[in-house]
Amino acid sequence: MCAEVIETDKKIVYMDHAATTYVAPEVMEAMLPYFSVKFGNPSSVCGIGQENKTKIDEARAKVAVAINAEPNEIYFTGGGSESDNWVLKGIAFANIRKGKHIITTVVEHHAILHAAEWLQSQGFEVTCLPVDQYGMVSPLDVEKAIRPDTILISVMYANNEVGTIQPIAEIGAIARAHGIYFHTDAVQAIGHVPIDVKAEHIDLLSLSGHKFYGPKGVGALYVRRGVRIHNLIHGGAQERRHRAGTENVPGIVGLGAAIERAVAVIPEESVRLAALRDYMISELLKLPGSHLNGHPTERLPNNVNITFEYIEGESILLHLDTFGICASTGSACNSASFESSHVLTAMGVPHEIAHGSVRFTLGEWNTETDVSYVLEKLPEIIHKLRSLSPLTPEELR
Amino acid sequence: MYSEKVMDHFMNPRNVGTIEDANGVGEEGNPSCGDIMKMYLMIENDIIVDAKFQTFGCGAAIASSSMATEMIKGKTLEEAWQLSNKAVAEALDGLPAIKMHCSVLAEETIHKAINDYLIKQGRESWGEPASCSSCDHDCDVCCE
Repeated sequence: MCAEVIETDKKIVYMDHAATTYVAPEVMEAMLPYFSVKFGNPSSVCGIGQENKTKIDEARAKVAVAINAEPNEIYFTGGGSESDNWVLKGIAFANIRKGKHIITTVVEHHAILHAAEWLQSQGFEVTCLPVDQYGMVSPLDVEKAIRPDTILISVMYANNEVGTIQPIAEIGAIARAHGIYFHTDAVQAIGHVPIDVKAEHIDLLSLSGHKFYGPKGVGALYVRRGVRIHNLIHGGAQERRHRAGTENVPGIVGLGAAIERAVAVIPEESVRLAALRDYMISELLKLPGSHLNGHPTERLPNNVNITFEYIEGESILLHLDTFGICASTGSACNSASFESSHVLTAMGVPHEIAHGSVRFTLGEWNTETDVSYVLEKLPEIIHKLRSLSPLTPEELR
Repeated sequence: MYSEKVMDHFMNPRNVGTIEDANGVGEEGNPSCGDIMKMYLMIENDIIVDAKFQTFGCGAAIASSSMATEMIKGKTLEEAWQLSNKAVAEALDGLPAIKMHCSVLAEETIHKAINDYLIKQGRESWGEPASCSSCDHDCDVCCE
C-alpha cells in the first residue's frame, strides 16, 4: 500500500516498523561481500568456504549474547514463521510419548495459530488462552490450563498488533516448575526490550532479522540445551545437523550485525521511542471517538494502536498514504482478508470498532517532526471520513 | 492496489450525504465485514432524479458507492435495477478480486432503496435481493 520509502520529491514518513524495517546501512555494508567475493559454501573445504563458516559462528555468538544464551543453542532459520513452525511441530512430535497437549494464546501470530491448528488435525490438543481487554495473558490462566500431558506452552513476548508485552518471566517460572517446555515468539520484542532467556526461564525463542534493521528471509531459533525437539527441515548437515539447507551467509552475517546493534541501543532508543509514542497517544486520544488499543503501560516502546470510531482503517491508510505517511491496520498479514483483527476481537473490541484501528509503529528514523506531521494530518482525514459514514453521530459530523 | 479511477472516487467522492425528503432509502452491509452502505434516492415518475450515499468502509466501498450513485442518476427504476456489480467495477477500471464484494454491496443497496420506494408507493417490491448481511465472503463474487 505504501509508496517506496526512498523517494526524493515526496515527504515519506514511515511508521510501519512492526511490518518490516529497512536494512541499516552498516548492516548492509557488512553483508555485501558475502553476495560476491566471499560467496563460498561454508560446508566446502576450500578457504573461502571455511572463512564463511567462521563468520556464521561469529553471528551465532552475537545472537546468543543478545538474549543471554549459549552460541550452541542458536540455530539460523529462514525467518520467524519457520522458527515458530519448527517449535510447534518439532516439540509436538518429539514429545508425543509424554503427551499431546499444547497451550498457547488467542493473540499469537498466525505462524503459531495456524501451525497449532494443523497439529490439532494431526491429533494434538491445543488450549488457546484468552486475554484481557489490554491483550494480556494471565499467568494464573496458564497454570490452570496445565495438564499432565502438556508438552509445550507458547506465549508471544509482545504482540505485533497492539504491542502488549506479556508477563514472560512469570509464565516461564510456571512452565519450569511444571517441567514443561516454554517457547516465546519474540519477533516483535527483540531490539525493543531486553530479553534474558536464562532469567526468564525461556526454553525456546523465535526471532526474525527484518524487524530490527536486518535483512528479510533470515531468522533464528534458540533451543535451550537438553530440549527434545525434532528437525523441521531435513537434508544436509548444516546447523549441527538440525536445520538443513546451504546457509544464507549474507543474511546470517546481516542478522548478527543487526541484533548486536539493536540490542546495544535499547537503553537509549527505547526511552526515546516511548516518549514519542506517549506524546502521539496522548494527542490522538484528544480526538473525540478515539480509543487506545493494547496495554497503557506494558507495551512496546514503538507501538501506537488507535481506533477511530465510525470509520474504517483501510480508508484512513489510503488518505495517510497520499500524505506520504505509511502505517497499517492491525497486522499487514491481514490486509488481504476481510476479517477484523483476531487480536482486537479477542480483546473484546466490537467488529465495527476493530475495523477502525490504525497501527503506527515507530523506528529509528522517526523524529518529533514526523509525529507532529502525522498529528497535523490525521484530524482532517478522520473528519472527512466521518462525514461520509452513516454511523457518525451528528455532533461529530 | 487500486486504479486511478477508484482513487479519484475515493478521494473526491460524488453524491455524498443524505436527501432529507428521499422517497427511497436502502441500507446494506455488515459491520463485521467492515462496510455499511446507505443510499438515498429521489424518484419522480419512476426516474431517479437524485441519489446520495453514506458509507462506512474501505476505499473500494466508498468508490463503489460514489460510482454507483453517479451511474443511476437520471436512469429509470428498471435501468437502475439492472445495474450490475460488474458494471460498477468496470466503470472504476476494475477492483481487486477480494474487493469485488464492495461492488455487490452497491448493487444490493440500490435494490433495497428501489424496493423501499415501491413499497412506500403501495406497489409490489421487485423481489428480495440476495442479502449481504450474512456475507461469509465465500460466494462466487468474492471468489472470482
